[in-house]
Amino acid sequence: MVYRPEAVNTRRGTADATVPSVARVRRRWREGPHTWTLELEPEDGELPQFAAGQFNMLTAFGIGEAAISVSGDPGSKGTLVHTVRAVGPVSTALATLQSGDYVGLRGPFGTGWPMQEAQQRDVVIVSGGLGLAPLRPAIYHLLAERQRYGRVAVLYGSRSPGDILFRRELQRWRGELDMDVKVTVDHAPDDWRGNVGVVTSFIPRTTFDPANSVALVCGPELMMAFTVSALQDAGVRDEAIYISMERNMKCAVGLCGHCQFGTTLVCRDGPVLPFDRVRDMLTIPEI
Amino acid sequence: MDDTDQIVLSVDGLQVLIDVLTADGYRVIGPTVREKAIVYDDVASVADLPRGWTDEQDGGRYRLVRRDDSALFGFAVGASSWKQFLHRPVVKLWRARRSKNSWQVVPEVPPVERLAFIGVRACELEAIKLQDQVLLEGEHPDSHYQARRDNVFVVAVNCAVAGGTCFCVSMSTGPKAESGYDLALTEISDGEEGTVFVAEAGSGRGRSLLAKLPHRPASAADRQSAKAVSERTAASMGREMRSDDLHELLHRNLDHPHWDAVAQRCLTCGNCTMVCPTCFCTTVEDASDLTGKEASRTRRWDSCFTIDFSYLHGGSVRTSGGARYRQWLTHKLATWFDQFGTSGCVGCGRCITWCPVGIDITAEVEAIRDSEAD
Ligand SMILES: Cc1cc2nc3c(=O)[nH]c(=O)nc-3n(C[C@H](O)[C@H](O)[C@H](O)COP(=O)(O)OP(=O)(O)OC[C@H]3O[C@@H](n4cnc5c(N)ncnc54)[C@H](O)[C@@H]3O)c2cc1C
Ligand code: SF4
Ligand code: SF4
Repeated sequence: MVYRPEAVNTRRGTADATVPSVARVRRRWREGPHTWTLELEPEDGELPQFAAGQFNMLTAFGIGEAAISVSGDPGSKGTLVHTVRAVGPVSTALATLQSGDYVGLRGPFGTGWPMQEAQQRDVVIVSGGLGLAPLRPAIYHLLAERQRYGRVAVLYGSRSPGDILFRRELQRWRGELDMDVKVTVDHAPDDWRGNVGVVTSFIPRTTFDPANSVALVCGPELMMAFTVSALQDAGVRDEAIYISMERNMKCAVGLCGHCQFGTTLVCRDGPVLPFDRVRDMLTIPEI
Repeated sequence: MDDTDQIVLSVDGLQVLIDVLTADGYRVIGPTVREKAIVYDDVASVADLPRGWTDEQDGGRYRLVRRDDSALFGFAVGASSWKQFLHRPVVKLWRARRSKNSWQVVPEVPPVERLAFIGVRACELEAIKLQDQVLLEGEHPDSHYQARRDNVFVVAVNCAVAGGTCFCVSMSTGPKAESGYDLALTEISDGEEGTVFVAEAGSGRGRSLLAKLPHRPASAADRQSAKAVSERTAASMGREMRSDDLHELLHRNLDHPHWDAVAQRCLTCGNCTMVCPTCFCTTVEDASDLTGKEASRTRRWDSCFTIDFSYLHGGSVRTSGGARYRQWLTHKLATWFDQFGTSGCVGCGRCITWCPVGIDITAEVEAIRDSEAD
């Protein structure tokens, strides 16, 4: 039984999913320390549809390939937006591409956030660090179809004020009357007037109906574990909690074995997984 | 297949089989002796087969010894498996060239090669089925595997001896080939007519090939002898493993101290993954030429015993040897069910024989089951 909420057809132009097509960097802007957003357009052909939460494999030619979530608006056609943090050779090569440069592109792959299932329900989005990137398409979607959803809360934790991603969007979303946006940081200089502390502390202070809500969670594994227990304490059922997992990925199409997380292949069954499917494994070290 | 379709081939008939396959454009591969081991390699004639040899196997131990007869297939399985011919150890996936203002990616087209495998064991047929399922039956089939798999002719040979580390009976994968072959042979060595093979076809092309070979129909006695060979082999398995409870047993024991006990012995060398006929994991390497105008990607076999295998920025998920051994064993015997609906182990025993320190998958499972009962 393979869980696949709303994954769109993942076949791209080339018949063989291991062969990238070519895309051009149209624009690039700095998002925060070591973190850049790239707007890509295809060299030829059309971009595939993607679902919020899916990822692509981006190749820096001659250097290597990395799994990068789509961070753009699923409703906008023609370009593809990715946010990359430079942490090693491949991500650095990707993050330092200039407009007019080329990347190899495979995807989109994996499962998306359960946007269908969340309709008519409250949506609680909890993210840490770069985990906001794969959730941003879900937020765009919620805004575009606002009337289909109940209350919407976006809770975001970042290391320091300087690390906060998508500042302008966060500000704009905060301005929306029917959206509850809360941001916190782990450490802050004295002149920071916002929240300091862990993102999970927002959960008891956020208004939503636990019996009729869906929670979308993405961030470091430990942060997700704490978030899940806070959501459970608030009365959210395990089946209504979705997390996005990260594992080493080479092929992204279920052939290379690298992304195994116990019973799942994260590239195929995830990255977005219902918590009740991974509950027993999350607490076991080194799975 | 109906019993009446069984025929009897002589050793000369087997040679004609090799000749006909070769004439049909197949590269014929079978067991042959190289450096004191039986390996799968090109065979041009029955003289290349390991006539009169058998293997002694145990945990961390493999030795070829002389048989006192002239059986051609009187051994179990060696370190090599058919995996190396279908799921190649190294595959170039694509090349890319930088043109004036773009890149052009050219997929590497797998060369078409017709392969005939002679001497495929029952457990190996099942291993090929498992790799078919992983590499071909998902949403994104592996085109390189597919190209080779589509062009294989399979001649199975039912085992006449069980190796010291074999446990196919426990895994319901042998010792008699049930499906997945074009032809299946059972060797009856050194009888009144010399060594003969009771043969049956498992496919249309197998049947038409059989008709081209010099043969005589199989008598009731021939069929009885063939049956007895498989029964004798089944009764002499080197190892045994209870397999009906593995999924639950292992899922219950992911934090069992025995994983760390195995890690005391395990060298994390990855030999077990290289010899296992079902292990399919790969990694990729990108390269570029000095000018930066050409790039390429190569895929190669990988092993879950390396630290890099589970590397995420900041560190690996599975750093301890215990976690890596647990990943390998539980994948074979438990999570393969969750991921693909079947067991990932066919009981061939290679991982036991070729482990330098003789770690034994059947014994490790038993140790966990026993300690749980306490
Ligand atoms: C589903 C998914 C979505 C992701 N989304 C994003 C995103 O939106 N933005 C972003 O910046 N990063 C994202 N990542 C992480 C990104 O893939 C890694 O940071 C990147 O692979 C690191 O490669 P590197 O060569 O720069 O670094 P190194 O740390 O030097 O990596 C060496 C090798 O390890 C592997 N590796 C290291 N870290 C990871 C990792 N976290 N995940 C998978 N493989 C890894 C890679 O195969 C790489 O070749 C995502 C990962 C996954 C699995
Ligand atoms: S795990 Fe061991 S016994 Fe099972 S198929 Fe692989 S090599 Fe053979
Ligand atoms: S179990 Fe044996 S063969 Fe496998 S990694 Fe450990 S020492 Fe090597």
